[in-house]
This record gives sequence, structure tokens and C-alpha cells, in this order.
Amino acid sequence: MSVSAPGIDDSVAGSAATPGAVGGSRARTSRAGFTPSRILLVAFLAIAALYFLLPVYWLVVASTKSTAKLFGSFGLWFSDPHWLHNLSQVFSYDSGIFWKWTLNSILYAGVGGALATLLAGAAGFALAVYRFRGREAVFKAVLAGVLLPTTALALPMYLLFSKVGLANTQWAVLIPSMVSPFGVYLCRIYAEAAVPAEVLEAARVDGAGEGRIFSTVVLRMMTPALVTVFLFQFVGIWNNYFLPLVMLSDDTKYPITLGLTAWQSAADRHPELYQLTVGGAFVSILPLAAAMLVLQRYWRSGLTQGSVKG
Amino acid sequence: MSSTTDDTAAGTVRRQRSARPDRAAWGFVLPFCALFLFTFVLPIGYAIYESLLKPVRSGPLGLGPAHIGFAGLSNYTLALKQQDFLDSFGRVLLFAVVQIPVMLLLATVLALVLDTLSSRWASFLRAAYFLPYGVPGVIASILWGFLYVPGVSPIVDLLGKAGLSPDFLGYNSVLWSIANIVIWEFTGYNMLVIIAQLKAIPQELYEAARIDGANAWQTALRVKIPLARPALVLTGVFSIIGTLQLFAEPLVLKPLASAITTSYTPNLSAYNEAFANNNIYLAAAESVILALVASVLSFGFLSLVGRGERSER
Repeated sequence: MSVSAPGIDDSVAGSAATPGAVGGSRARTSRAGFTPSRILLVAFLAIAALYFLLPVYWLVVASTKSTAKLFGSFGLWFSDPHWLHNLSQVFSYDSGIFWKWTLNSILYAGVGGALATLLAGAAGFALAVYRFRGREAVFKAVLAGVLLPTTALALPMYLLFSKVGLANTQWAVLIPSMVSPFGVYLCRIYAEAAVPAEVLEAARVDGAGEGRIFSTVVLRMMTPALVTVFLFQFVGIWNNYFLPLVMLSDDTKYPITLGLTAWQSAADRHPELYQLTVGGAFVSILPLAAAMLVLQRYWRSGLTQGSVKG
Repeated sequence: MSSTTDDTAAGTVRRQRSARPDRAAWGFVLPFCALFLFTFVLPIGYAIYESLLKPVRSGPLGLGPAHIGFAGLSNYTLALKQQDFLDSFGRVLLFAVVQIPVMLLLATVLALVLDTLSSRWASFLRAAYFLPYGVPGVIASILWGFLYVPGVSPIVDLLGKAGLSPDFLGYNSVLWSIANIVIWEFTGYNMLVIIAQLKAIPQELYEAARIDGANAWQTALRVKIPLARPALVLTGVFSIIGTLQLFAEPLVLKPLASAITTSYTPNLSAYNEAFANNNIYLAAAESVILALVASVLSFGFLSLVGRGERSER
């Protein structure tokens, strides 16, 4: 493959020669060369796209089928679709427990994520701006927290929480969701670059207290980092499974992930649950998929922040 | 902090001002630290404490009432003597050695290719490859579970028509079916980290490489990959941590594949000790061992990479 790469060569040369060139000129170069390597490249990208999108496509198709068709028809094409009926089944089954799971997930991921972001923002800002005793110790603890596997922590946390009577309450999932060492790490790096000491000094001269400076000036300056931390934390909590699994035994407190696996594991006794699991899985990935696509810009900027010193 | 000794008005002001941030700083850090203590430090301390206990039966033949007594390290020796538990570590290590390089190679290649494409296609493909990251691990496992089971799966259908009879859930193959789920979930995320790093490289470097006569492949191998190294290190560490925690995927596939036992991975084993066998003391010991191994591996990887970096200079 290394012998015949003029197609790629051109496009790289094109973009390098005119940094920040308009997409048009680059597109023209790429359309010009239909060399074998170009075709291989396109095939590779297309196969990769197929690999990543096919399961999601299957889910969309499967969510329209009846239980019988789920097993009795070809998986990649529609067969007698009745989508709305299926979705209303998902939400009405077992007196609407799926609603409860959805609300729980929103509570854990939304409220937990927002509080985690605020706490991480404050701690990251302080670590970046102030020179105080114990600063190095706090930062070392944060780094250790980033590297510690969270599921290895879940079981110890369960032991502690059941001792103090927090197990099987919503707090048991919410409290751990409010802590994000990685968020502190990101916010510290960002604040070091984005919050100039002169601004703080000027605000102090104007008589503002440190808390007021943080809430009015600093939070706004750190917005891109905060959005990124919130997204990471939101997705992390929304996708979390092990922590709620060990903490919660009452199914009205379940998040969606736990609820759906409960349906899935009961499906061999209640076959209608196969369809509900598929429909529920489809519903559960919608909000996240939408948020990820809309907020892609923030993902990328935040990722750079994280990897700069990684 | 207050090392200034001059008695001028400016000095006094400075001293007051620097005393205030010290207190203010702790005000900002304290809420996080308190919760960190409660959800990281205390649980680990408590788990270590529990791992040193065991129920002791009193009376003749040990039939009397049980009470909790000090066990020393016996839970640890017990855990390390269980062949199943040791095997589970071997399994995730084998998994890591194969899955992480495959995933990072795929992520790197995709990142490098997308870096050379026109922006319109690149952003569509980037989104497509990143999409699985938004699918929770358990949902992804349920999804792929359906795609592995003969009778539901269109993949098994199609391969069957082609004369193949794949067994995705067989004794030897199920580990790699799990690897496929993990690769599917996280390749796009890792690709995005690498792309972010590539975007941070100044364009002049590419220009310089071109002037020196480097073609696209040489630029990729000699310029881009070395410069993307921090991103590769970061994704490597997170992948190692993630792999050791493997739990949801095997648990969801367990009803479908008889090869997946209750101690298939270290996490699954600890979970099973705590909730099925009700031996929280042994489970605590297993959790501590897992946390220890994970820290040793990720710190070891970091220092290994750090050493390589130094010797290059």
C-alpha cells in the first residue's frame, strides 16, 4: 500500500500548502484522483462506518417489530412495523415503570453531573490559582482518583454505605455521581490557561470577595471546560451499571440501564419482554446520541485539554 | 506566605490579601474533598478493614453462634488460592493484551485517515464512529447479544447462507465476542482523543515535512504518530483501567453463553462472592486485590512510557 499513495499525498499537500483552506479546494483534489489507493481508502472508511452503525440500525429496525417478527424475520429489514404501539407498550408496561427509570436516570445523571461539574470547577480553579498549604496533596489525591478503577470502588462503597444506612436509597447513586476527579484535573488545566491573575486582582481591587469573583467572573471564563466535564460526567453516570446494581435492590429506584437488564433477564419467562427490552434500549440511546451530536464541538475541545498533559 | 517584613502600607495590604486566598482556597476545595473522602478514601479504608475480618464460630465443633473476628491475611491467601479467581485475572490480561492494541491501532488509523479527508466527510464519519460511545455498555451488550444469537441475528443468518456456521458464544470464542463489543464501544472515543491531539499540532510541522520530501505515509509515521504520543498514552492508560473492570458485558452475555462462569472476570468474582455467596469479607479482599493490580498496571505503564520518553532524548 505504501507504494501507491498519490491520492492521499495530494490532499495532504493541498491542505498543508494553504493552511485553513476552504473545504472546496480540498474536496476537489480528492475527487480528482480515483487511484487504487483512494478506492481502498474509501472502502476501508465505508466498512468502518458499517461496523459502527449497523448494530444501531438493527436496533432501530428491531424496535418496530412484534416479538414474533423479532425472531421470525430477517433482522436488517422492516417487517410489519408498528413502532408507536411498541413504544407505548414500553412506557405503559408494569404501570409505567419505564417512566420511573427514565426520571431516575435523568436525576442521577443530570443533578449528579451538574453538582459534580460545579464542585470540580471550584476545586480545579482553586488548585490552579491559589498557592495554599496542602495543594500538592490534594492534587496527588485527585490524580490517584483518576487512575483508580471506579468499579473496583463500587463494592467497597456498598460495604460502607450499607454500614451507614445509605444503601438502597437514591443517595447511594447520587452522592458518588457528584465526585469527578477527572473533572477537577481538566478544570485545573483549563483554569491555569484561561483565568488570568490580573482579572482576579482587578476584581479584588474593586472589592469583590473570592466567592463572588468565582460565581460572576471565573465560571463564565471556564464555561467550555465546564460543559465538557458535565458531558463526560453525564454520559458516565447515564451509562453506569455496576454502582446502581450493587447499591439498589428496589426496582423503582433503578436507572434505565439496570431496569433494561432486569427485563432482559426475565425475558425467558415472559417472552413479551424481549420486544420491550429492544424498544427500551432504543429509547434510552436517543437523548445521549442527540446530545453527543449537537455538542460535538465541546467534546473535541475538552479532549485536547485532557490529553495535553496526559 | 507572609514573608514580607516591611512595614509600609503596601506590605500590610499584601499580607492581608494573601492570607485571604489561603482560606478562600480551602473553601473552594473543601466540598470536593469532603465527598472525595467519603466516596474514595473511606470506602477503600473500610474495604481493607473488612478484608481483615471473618466470621468465627465458637463452641464445640464450631457449631456455636458466630461472631466477627480478626482474620489476618487469611482472606487474601484464600482469594489467591482460588484457581477461578486467578484464572479470571489471566483472562482479562489476555483480553487486554489483544483487545487494547487492536482497538488503539484501529483508532489511530481512523484518526490519521480522517485527518487527511475533506472536512464535510470527515465530520460525518467522525460522528458515525463516535456514536457507539453514547450507547451504555449494558445496552451495547444486549444489542450485540441479539446479534450473536442464532435465530435472531441477521449476521449469523447471512454467514449461514454463505456456508459458514459461526459460533459467537462458544467456549473459546465468547471472550473475543466480548472484545468486539468493547472495541465497538470505545474505538470512536479513542479516535477522537487522537484527532484532538493531531489538531493541536502546528501546521508548520507538516509544511516542513513536505518540504523535506516526506510523502503522506512518512508524514503519518514519522511526524503525526510521535506527536500524538501523549494521546496514545492517555487512551492506553484508560483502556488498561477499563479492561480490568470488565463486568457488564460478560454479565449480560452470561445467560447466552455457558462458557461465562460466575468468576469469569475479577469484578464478576468479587460481585458473586458478595451477593451470591454472602461472603463480604472475601469480596472485600478481592476488591482490594483488583484495585491494587489496576493501580500497579496503570502506574507501571505510565512509568514505562515515561522512561521510554527520557531515553529517546
